[in-house]
Amino acid sequence: MKLFVSEGNPHCLKVLAALEVTGVDCDVQYVNHEERVVPFLSRPALPALLLPGGLHLFSPNAICRYLFEVSGQDASELCNQWLEWEATDLQPPLLQCLHMAVLQGKGSEVSTVLQGPLDYMEQSLSKGNTPYLTGESISVADVVLWAALYPMLSDPSLAFGERTSVKAWFDRGVVMHSCQSAAQKVLQGKGLQGMKIFMQRQPAPPSRQCRDRQPCNSNPAEGEESERVVSVEEMEAAALTWSKGLTAGPLATERQHPILPEEGKRNLLVTSALPYVNNVPHLGNIIGCVLSADAFCRYGRLRGWNILYVCGTDEYGTATENKAREEGLTPQQICDKYHAIHSNIYKWFQIDFDFFGRTTTEKQTEIAQNIFWRIHKHGFLLEDTMEQLRCESCKRFLADRFVEGICPNCSYPEARGDQCDKCGRLINAVELREPQCKVCRQTPVVQSSKHLFLDLPKLEAQLEQWLDKSTSTGDWTANAKQITRSWLRDGLKPRCITRDLKWGTPVPHPDFKDKVFYVWFDAPIGYLSITANYTDQWEKWWKNPNQVELYNFMAKDNVPFHSVVFPCSLLGAQDNYTLVNHLIATEYLNYEDTKFSKSRGVGVFGDMAKDTGIPADVWRFYLLYVRPEGQDSAFSWADMALKNNSELLNNLGNFINRGGMFVTKFFEGIVPVMELQPEDKTLLALVGWELQQYIQLLDKVKIRDALRHILNISRHGNQYIQVNEPWKKIKEGDTERQRAGTVTGVSVNIACLLSVMLLPYMPAVSQTIRDQLNAPPSCVNTMLQGTGTFVSPLFQKLEVDQIEALKKRFGGQQTTAQSAGSPQPAAAPAAATAAVASVNGVDPERAKQLTQAVTEQGEKVRALKTQKAEKAAITAEVAKLLDLKKQLAAAEGKSPEPAPQKGKKK
Amino acid sequence: MRIKSPAHCVAPPTGRNMALRELSSLERYLGLKKPNKYSTQGDNKVPVLQNSNGPPVVGLVTVACHLVKEAKRPELLGDSAESRAVVQQWLEYRVTKLDGCTKEDNKTILKDLNLYLQDKVYMAGHRFTLADTFVFYGIHPLIADLAIQEKEQYGNVSRWFDHIQHYPGIRHPLPPVVVLRNTIYTGKHH
Repeated sequence: MKLFVSEGNPHCLKVLAALEVTGVDCDVQYVNHEERVVPFLSRPALPALLLPGGLHLFSPNAICRYLFEVSGQDASELCNQWLEWEATDLQPPLLQCLHMAVLQGKGSEVSTVLQGPLDYMEQSLSKGNTPYLTGESISVADVVLWAALYPMLSDPSLAFGERTSVKAWFDRGVVMHSCQSAAQKVLQGKGLQGMKIFMQRQPAPPSRQCRDRQPCNSNPAEGEESERVVSVEEMEAAALTWSKGLTAGPLATERQHPILPEEGKRNLLVTSALPYVNNVPHLGNIIGCVLSADAFCRYGRLRGWNILYVCGTDEYGTATENKAREEGLTPQQICDKYHAIHSNIYKWFQIDFDFFGRTTTEKQTEIAQNIFWRIHKHGFLLEDTMEQLRCESCKRFLADRFVEGICPNCSYPEARGDQCDKCGRLINAVELREPQCKVCRQTPVVQSSKHLFLDLPKLEAQLEQWLDKSTSTGDWTANAKQITRSWLRDGLKPRCITRDLKWGTPVPHPDFKDKVFYVWFDAPIGYLSITANYTDQWEKWWKNPNQVELYNFMAKDNVPFHSVVFPCSLLGAQDNYTLVNHLIATEYLNYEDTKFSKSRGVGVFGDMAKDTGIPADVWRFYLLYVRPEGQDSAFSWADMALKNNSELLNNLGNFINRGGMFVTKFFEGIVPVMELQPEDKTLLALVGWELQQYIQLLDKVKIRDALRHILNISRHGNQYIQVNEPWKKIKEGDTERQRAGTVTGVSVNIACLLSVMLLPYMPAVSQTIRDQLNAPPSCVNTMLQGTGTFVSPLFQKLEVDQIEALKKRFGGQQTTAQSAGSPQPAAAPAAATAAVASVNGVDPERAKQLTQAVTEQGEKVRALKTQKAEKAAITAEVAKLLDLKKQLAAAEGKSPEPAPQKGKKK
Repeated sequence: MRIKSPAHCVAPPTGRNMALRELSSLERYLGLKKPNKYSTQGDNKVPVLQNSNGPPVVGLVTVACHLVKEAKRPELLGDSAESRAVVQQWLEYRVTKLDGCTKEDNKTILKDLNLYLQDKVYMAGHRFTLADTFVFYGIHPLIADLAIQEKEQYGNVSRWFDHIQHYPGIRHPLPPVVVLRNTIYTGKHH
């Protein structure tokens, strides 16, 4: 039997105390916090007990209970009750307290958090009138609770107040030698600070209030649509909201440029990572920054927030110089060319920037040099000579990205000169083992030259203080927090901000006049200079931290530059800059089961997406549907076809289409009178709940999760129509006709709500729906009256052969590319393109002929059936009919399945 | 155009108290003749058993263990000190980790359990225990949300889950989840 513990880990206090009290013979091994002792758990869990039978216990309470049991003291029922209470009711607030006291320096506020649990203990102890929790002698419950509370209660700043019984009970433990010695082992006499390192590695505990609002899985019934029980109160509340209509809120006015912060509004400054100019962005780049930020901004504008969304191309650096040499152009020409390419791609994807600028401008030089001089003045720069790699055959210093070699940390063979893709650590190019010039594959030599360094260690304390505040009050994705924390844990080192290059912002210091700023220092300043190119009043956004909230969107590889390095530049400049409040980082998007690769022609790049014939809105939908939120995800053609056909076509499109069809077909295009019955109210309550989830998630930038709730609404809606069968009721008596009217009216109103919820995801489709519904521009006013026409289906089916052709086309030719080692153009066989065109081709003339043929054939079948003809004969004619229908569907570009709205089902 | 703020929306439905449904299902499984009286306490609706022979019993796990003892089925809590500790650990895991887990936790939970169940038939090894029942109830919503492909990815969890949902008298009150026994996805990645 062996017990694994780590120093400064409050959970270990319990088991060490239990071990001392029971005197059980057991090896104790101290390990690192990050050590994974329990083989099946992916997160480190300490303490852990290896049982004689080879099993691991990882729950401190179960370990304590076991230690007591083998020493002959079985836990009583009351004991069990206390242990369960400790795990479920005491631990969450306790961890929150530790987090506040140890990491946030808010020790004074913990007593309110612990108030409830301590009162509960006081009540039980005083009522039972016994010295220990379960009676006259000490039990496992006392040891566990005492050890759990010790770190907080032993801190003199926390008063027991009137809780005399808890105090007496706690003091009994303090004087016991076994408890004392366990506390000494874990905390080393350092009190709360002894746990700092441990706490820094823990995810921030959700505040309790927060947790309750999250859509959690605690209630299994919630996972089942049909099981969700809607109470009468909810139904009535929904009906009430419905009857009120929408208070005519102030009409969202057209955006007036320049947008500036406004008093009394939420002012959001949103940026997405600046794409590097000489690469055509691939789908992963697009979802990682610009598309995510765009969806969020569109949502924010709906919410009435005052938003400025800026982005632009990052243009300086060696890569541009090289590209220019390759194409025989000047760097400026290259930037102009590719800036236009980027701009067009984002336009096609309907990325609604307020301004899309670039970093090669005068403003950039002006602002970057100003920041530089301020940092210099405040003494945050160091001078040092630096060893740099120089390729003698190319006759130049090699930029980090132009060196490859073996990672000094993890031995990954293809580490780049600035960062290792495998372990994620930053590297100094000269530290690489077996370095190679990426251009000519020669081994570069080391040369030294004088450079300037940003003194990050000197800024670390300021940075940490600001980070504590920003990460605890803002929305930082878990990966952003974790990457930042791991950077700080490794300790900050001075970072070089100058380079021996030409294509960059010149360093204004006379001693360094042939140098330019290193891109990592220069590029983020691009956010400021791009804003300055948008408006002269840019400082109202960038030097206004009290009024402005800054959102940075990026993929996770960009996190350290936005959370550590750039904030340090701005802090060092001491000019009241706006620092990031919300850092939203995605994980990586893979292509099928591999990485996107420009050189191998694998994957879909921004400029090719429009050649696929698939509308931009569908691309947006699918990319946001698989947004790598919280974990890596993959783009898959088959999955895209599936989601398009099952979610967009059969679920969402079908629902919106049906409601509209009924209005046109049965009610002369006028939304009928509605009289709500209980089942309508139930639907409204369900829709209301989904809408609420949607809003809560998008407020927290959970873009992908929120999309699920849109689709849930149309699922509810389809079910509602299916159950109520308005197409049947319309043919019956007055009451039934009235019912059909209500169901139709409710459906189109929900369709209108959906159009608004869809806006951040599919702006064009969203507008089309409202146009079809003839909804007023001040929409979300779901009580619409008036006419509408429903002619065009919203989405088209993606056929298997179409998808297969695309998959082939963008799959690259890996084998040849690998052996040749040269860039492969994206293969685009003509045949594939032709296939797309033919499948996509909608032929109205042929559709008309086929409609006629289907009708005739249908009558023929019916006639045969009434004549009670031979079965074989009927089957043959039915087969012909089905074939005709299929052809018709193809000609109309629709799903060949019988459309449910035709009303012949069942 | 603006979306209404959440304050004007309808509150989420709470549903019936799942913990109480679990306990009455356990009573039926144990064959307890007289149904017990329950109430709940606090914001988290912690179940409380009104015990006629003593003070009330509080907490889902504590009440469940109490019922097992009442039915004289101590083996359901483990038949050795070690297995008792393992059972208690998973019962605690259920009420601390599975209940209230966020969407981000789901993958980790499934991955961990999948690895854990690699060489086990039941949560505590070779015998059915209370840990199987309670982890089953707790993980049901996670499994119900999985696509067929994901269920294959977490093959050990799916196998165990399917086994427990067909265990006589356990699945009720939850809806059945279809688990395929043959694999239909060949490659590891798709």
